Amino acid sequence: MSEPIVPTITNVAVWLTLLVLTGVTAGVAFIDLGPFNTVVALVIATVKALLVVLIFMHVKYTSEKLVKVVVISAIFFLALLLGLSLADYTTRLLM
Amino acid sequence: MADRPIAVEQHNPALKHHFVDMEQQREASSLGMWLFLATEIMFFGGMFCAYLIYRYWYFPDFAAASSSLDITLGTANTAVLICSSLTVVMAVRAAQLGKRQQQVVYLALTLVLGLAFLGIKGIEWTSKFKEHHIPGPTFNFEASLPGHPDQPVDQHHAQLFFSLYFAMTGMHALHMIIGVAIFTYLLYRAWKGAYTPEYHTPLENSGLYWHFVDIVWIYLFPLLYLIDRKK
Repeated sequence: MSEPIVPTITNVAVWLTLLVLTGVTAGVAFIDLGPFNTVVALVIATVKALLVVLIFMHVKYTSEKLVKVVVISAIFFLALLLGLSLADYTTRLLM
Repeated sequence: MADRPIAVEQHNPALKHHFVDMEQQREASSLGMWLFLATEIMFFGGMFCAYLIYRYWYFPDFAAASSSLDITLGTANTAVLICSSLTVVMAVRAAQLGKRQQQVVYLALTLVLGLAFLGIKGIEWTSKFKEHHIPGPTFNFEASLPGHPDQPVDQHHAQLFFSLYFAMTGMHALHMIIGVAIFTYLLYRAWKGAYTPEYHTPLENSGLYWHFVDIVWIYLFPLLYLIDRKK
């Protein structure tokens, strides 16, 4: 046929993981980790995004290579935008 | 001139003639949606970039403004969207298995959750309106910097945070509204039995759109609501 059918148990497992990670994100926000609060929050958000992209959006299961190329390209260009912009602004001396 | 029967290949009525078969059509359609999502990533990416730069410059003011957002409602909304992504995935699965009834149930649940998200958003924005946190002539943000009760928050920087907050959550909410409209149409079509194991492309691609909007919120939530909640 077309796309492989993902078992319900996988979908439910991902859903529960996403909910738990959301709770963790909110909870950790109240713990003082200094500058690492932001890092932890963004790392958890990225893990959640990866779960959604790979499993819910079927990128892990697709045989269509071009889809993966498009996804990686989009992320690359976003990283370029954010990376270079921040590299500029955060390395300036503000009087 | 005798009439000779013309051989006509039987094909799925949904197959457009410039495609070889359903599989190729489905793949092309999916790729098209992914390319659109790539443009959406750049669209939201620009706003995230602006947000990150201003947050870097005015961190304490941004932290104070962020703390005035309702973390319970924000977390609840995140959970609502995650649940809606599950119902979308299950709806697509139901179509793959040819289960019309299940499709309808899951699509209806998705709609309910999507509307719940918008409702909660409305509640949040209403309270922002009442507290005079909406940028403009009535803007007034009374607070001191976190950890420094004697230093007031800079009004301009706080207003900047809320401009970004309303721009980003507003644009996200607009995408949600469009998603709700699309899924209302899908619900109707699914109920009519339009989506089969051989053809459920609109369902799949709309699902991709919905998941994308979910991912945008997954990043918006920690960045807007959880800047600095330690104090």
